[in-house]
Amino acid sequence: MHIYSSHVLVCSGTSCTSKKSPELIKKLEEGIKRKKLDEKIQVITTSCFGLCAEGPIVVVYPEGAIYSNVTLNDIDEIINEHLVKGRIVKRLLSGNNEGNNSYESADFFKKQVRIALRNCGVINPEIIEEYIAYDGYQALGKVLTTMTPEQVIDKVLDSGLRGRGGAGFPTGRKWLFAANAKGDKKYVCCNADEGDPGAFMDRSILEGDPHSIIEAMAIAAYGIGSDQGYIYVRAEYPIAVKRLNIAIDQAKELGLLGDKIFGTDFSFNLELRLGAGAFVCGEETALMTSIEGKRGEPRPRPPFPANKGLFQKPTILNNVETLSNIPIIILKGADWFKTIGTKKSPGTKVFAIGGKINNTGLVEIPMGTTLREVIYDIGGGIPNGKKFKAAQTGGPSGGCIPTEHLDVPIEYDTLIELGSMMGSGGLIIMDEDNCMVDIAKFFLEFSVDESCGKCPPCRIGTKRMYGILKRITEGKGEEGDIETLEELAETIQAAALCGLGKTSPNPVLSTLRYFRHEYEEHIVNKKCSAGVCKELLDYIIIPNDCMGCTKCIKVCPTKAITGKIKEPHIIDQEECIKCGACLEACPFGAIIRK
Amino acid sequence: MKSIAELDAIRKKALNNMKVKKENQGYRIIIGMATCGIAAGAVPIMNTFKEQLEKRNIKVPVSMTGCVGVCRLEPMADIIDDSGNKTTYIMLTPEKVERIVQNHIINGQVVSEYTINSTQAIF
Repeated sequence: MHIYSSHVLVCSGTSCTSKKSPELIKKLEEGIKRKKLDEKIQVITTSCFGLCAEGPIVVVYPEGAIYSNVTLNDIDEIINEHLVKGRIVKRLLSGNNEGNNSYESADFFKKQVRIALRNCGVINPEIIEEYIAYDGYQALGKVLTTMTPEQVIDKVLDSGLRGRGGAGFPTGRKWLFAANAKGDKKYVCCNADEGDPGAFMDRSILEGDPHSIIEAMAIAAYGIGSDQGYIYVRAEYPIAVKRLNIAIDQAKELGLLGDKIFGTDFSFNLELRLGAGAFVCGEETALMTSIEGKRGEPRPRPPFPANKGLFQKPTILNNVETLSNIPIIILKGADWFKTIGTKKSPGTKVFAIGGKINNTGLVEIPMGTTLREVIYDIGGGIPNGKKFKAAQTGGPSGGCIPTEHLDVPIEYDTLIELGSMMGSGGLIIMDEDNCMVDIAKFFLEFSVDESCGKCPPCRIGTKRMYGILKRITEGKGEEGDIETLEELAETIQAAALCGLGKTSPNPVLSTLRYFRHEYEEHIVNKKCSAGVCKELLDYIIIPNDCMGCTKCIKVCPTKAITGKIKEPHIIDQEECIKCGACLEACPFGAIIRK
Repeated sequence: MKSIAELDAIRKKALNNMKVKKENQGYRIIIGMATCGIAAGAVPIMNTFKEQLEKRNIKVPVSMTGCVGVCRLEPMADIIDDSGNKTTYIMLTPEKVERIVQNHIINGQVVSEYTINSTQAIF
């Protein structure tokens, strides 16, 4: 059988025939022969495609291009362009493409300002040239060839950039301390040990734009007089690690890392260190101890890392998102940066929105945006028509923000006033079905698990607090529990060694501040109105709604339900284990939980 | 790297390489390949794009990128045409990719029910 590489299908249905498709076939065949392509291309007469309004129709395979309203004058173009050169004749394709379908046009993106995430979703992170195409390494070039280290630090100071890892310490001040510290060797470190539950903005930046971190670290190194950098990244981010390694190799190859960068005397080398997933290693002193190859435990400050950090040398440690802001500040200037965000917190912040919200995902918003805008305009509101209850920021170090503060602008200082903190950017939305005591217990359990155990306030204190919360949620709360929680929290805040320990009571304190009545309800009334704490719930059958179908009796694993067919059933509360199986099985909605 | 001029030369060349060109059918395909995309199945999506294009003898560059933030809509792909218009397709499956190649890349018709602004996306 002869095999053709292309087929041209011409419609010869009644409609297309009346629009002179037989003449098209003749002209096509003649033209193909003239080009000596008749061995390779076959013209086939077909029946109706159903596109009669746009006929005559010509379809070319293997591509599958559908040409409509083809006239005799178009045949030469189809032969010369498509059949000979392999280019589809777009002019003859049917249909129109109205409307904008890019992701930028979606509501989710309209209120966002993308600085840290500027290249995520735009460039190929494994090709350094694409980063360079989007002004990559221009800032490093500018810094090395036209600026003094002092000018670099001044610019970062002037921009007002604050640490995006959560605490919001001014980045320029950090750099200035390290620049002024005396030492033969200085280090630049990047904290990519993202550990807050639900937060993944740093991973996104590392995976989508790894070169921006490398460039920023080189700029920081020039500013403080260092020649060696470390990126401490968690091993649980294998794609980020792979792309960072590729990026470092490519930067070395192009001479953007190594000796005499941009023909100057500046040299900078960069290495990765993988963290094994301990939350405490995101704390600055523990992170440095871990890079040194020791067990990741915090050490007392002072001395501060700016004076005695990694290997006892002056060190700066910046978060991934902080660093990704640096190149663009250098290129566009501090004044430009200050036009975004608020006076005390310039720039943007990336949040990972999760929980009870329609549009989960990663958003970058200017500082000063209100929580309401984030939740309702960008996040699309709460699913299933439920009521918003609180937003949790800052992970295990942060707290909850209730409905009455929805219109407070998001910036470092306002969040602290509310008893929460910016944190690294996890934003968990909770609705009326979330129990705040249970939420506090969840975060405290995380802190108990992740406590390194070096200092007793954190090691023992959080464990005791967790024990009390557990009792409360099990219906064994006693009067005085709240006061004990507060006393323990105060002690931990004052006496713990590192930032993680000091902030670990925050989830309890902030829920006590705004939702004290829920704690009291649990302790005094032994009730959980959100319906979360299992031990405090009763499953009850409403006799009037029960049809006596026995479905619940069949699914009950402990035989706690009794009753005759077509008569209302009863749940024995002593036997009930509150598994909820009966509630799901009931076809009449006769079983309620309260 | 010796000088800014050298960097600028790389920049110019890279920009040209990234431009959507006529000989590439006037399109460029970019697939989201961060952790979220890969977890949602971006690798088979990229393979399907490549297979479909190869099967039809079409040269369109297929590239990858990081996360744009709407991880719940992954796997996603952007198709950029030579006048700079970008179409974002979401929640892709190999079957959807086949239709997108056929309708969009070959016949220039956006498959609107698969785009981010379709009702499916529920914003």
